[in-house]
Amino acid sequence: MDISPILISLKTASLSIVITFFSGILAAYLVVNMKNGKLKAVIDGLLTLPLVLPPTVAGFFLLYIFGVQRPAGAFLLNFLGVKIVFTWGATVLAAVVISFPLMYRSARGAFEQVDETLLYAARTIGMPEWKIFWRVLMPPALPGIVSGCILTFARGLGEFGATAMIAGNIAGKTRTLPLAIYSAVAGGNMDGAYEYVVILAGIAFLAVVGINCLTVKERRCKGKGAAQ
Amino acid sequence: MSITLDIKKRFRGFALDISFSSNGRPLGILGASGSGKSMTLKCIAGIETPDSGYIEVNGRVLFDSAKKINVRPQRRRVGYLFQSYALFPNMTVTQNIRAAIIGGKAEKARRCEALISRFALQGLEKRYPAQLSGGQQQRAALARILAYNPDMLLLDEPFSALDAYLKEALQIEMKKLLAGYEGDAILVSHNRDEVYSLCENLLVMDEGRNIASGPVRDMFQRPGSLAVARLTGCKNITPARRAGFALVEAPEWGLTLAVESPVPEGLKYIGVRAHDFMPAGESTVNAFDIHVLDCVESPFEWNYLCHSENAPGQNGTLWWKAPKELRNMAPIAAPPGRLCVAPQNVLLLE
Repeated sequence: MDISPILISLKTASLSIVITFFSGILAAYLVVNMKNGKLKAVIDGLLTLPLVLPPTVAGFFLLYIFGVQRPAGAFLLNFLGVKIVFTWGATVLAAVVISFPLMYRSARGAFEQVDETLLYAARTIGMPEWKIFWRVLMPPALPGIVSGCILTFARGLGEFGATAMIAGNIAGKTRTLPLAIYSAVAGGNMDGAYEYVVILAGIAFLAVVGINCLTVKERRCKGKGAAQ
Repeated sequence: MSITLDIKKRFRGFALDISFSSNGRPLGILGASGSGKSMTLKCIAGIETPDSGYIEVNGRVLFDSAKKINVRPQRRRVGYLFQSYALFPNMTVTQNIRAAIIGGKAEKARRCEALISRFALQGLEKRYPAQLSGGQQQRAALARILAYNPDMLLLDEPFSALDAYLKEALQIEMKKLLAGYEGDAILVSHNRDEVYSLCENLLVMDEGRNIASGPVRDMFQRPGSLAVARLTGCKNITPARRAGFALVEAPEWGLTLAVESPVPEGLKYIGVRAHDFMPAGESTVNAFDIHVLDCVESPFEWNYLCHSENAPGQNGTLWWKAPKELRNMAPIAAPPGRLCVAPQNVLLLE
């Protein structure tokens, strides 16, 4: 068995979760604090769009933006010497774009569930905003954010459509697990596909079990408080 | 010690337009829910921003729309006691209090310890808010607010989350706290008893406006307007007109009553508090015949729903509260057929 798809997939999903974790939380924090209701709805729609679009459509847009014949792609290639399409970077880009809405929406939901009088109280006792973020907003939002993280990681790991569009299917370079499974099946190698499928399903199953454990733990904490 | 405020704010179907100033003594704001009381406090604390206006506390301008001044809530030094107390659930009592103290480690420890003993929180330092009773939560929240050394205190319905027994004990604690506190304090409530026992001055709000203000006892004795009479708990209010120098006529009750002071030209209503009616003899002033429609017993008083015999229609129902002795459980077999009201207890309302 060629283990390169497993490594490429884990590398891609790991880097993309780091990127989506910070950008998703930042975007959620900014959107939650937006005052203008209409602008908020539009921005929220744009940030969520990759979740509801077919991944091939998202991949098409990415190709349209970063293709070497396109202004953005040409700029990156000519001035920074960076080529995105059909490189490992493109697999990360595809995973980030597709899985970002999951992180963003989970974080947004988690932030919105935090009682806003806690934030008001923190301000009126002089806590600076960064401290409020870390010590008042984040702790109650954390279980929601962590389960969002796991979903996001699993989604990044399973990304196929957009990756195929922008990164291609280059063995040892951009061939991730889902693409390896597709290629194996297309080449009639059902046994090879089977191995990859078991590995991918195992990782996804662990992720879901992880979420459930977290939810149970959270419920137990709340119960302890109420029992007093 | 003073606050001067004059703000306007519009939002969906509601306009806040209020101005008042205080003299350093505890001020109560009484109003029905949705009258804009809490919104006013939030504007003072900087949680909400008024559309226009001016807020000054102890000579320090906190908000001035003309000069584009809008001090951040963190810098306003205004302590806000929330209805739910808003203790941070993930922090212990000590951590909650320390979050409000600015200073080094030794300073934090010293002041936190002082506040813990001042608010009788010893032994609860390591507890989380969910493990505290309502009263303990309130004390912890007050300790946290005072840890920040605020110039003024805003108390937003501080007793609404408590049961009746705790409420009375905590009102006494709160009274002591306010007596020893140097800054201004504003208490917002829809409960007339809380306001009466804790505040020296009273402001009545209705639909976002300041409709009356003055010393709290005067406001209860001479409400002066329909809304104030209602909010201070007057149960019997009826349209009335001037019938003489110190005489008013209440057509729905079918009564002409003597009053203590000259009747103003603009008189529209009169009010009589339910416990101000008394059983009357034949010759008493302001006496009239009644028949009892219904009777509700509460632990220390009888509540009678009566109808004036003189009333022309069905509108003349009156509430009469008669004190009773708890041991004497038997209802009054024959409630008096005649009630009276002393002239000084007839409230003249515009």
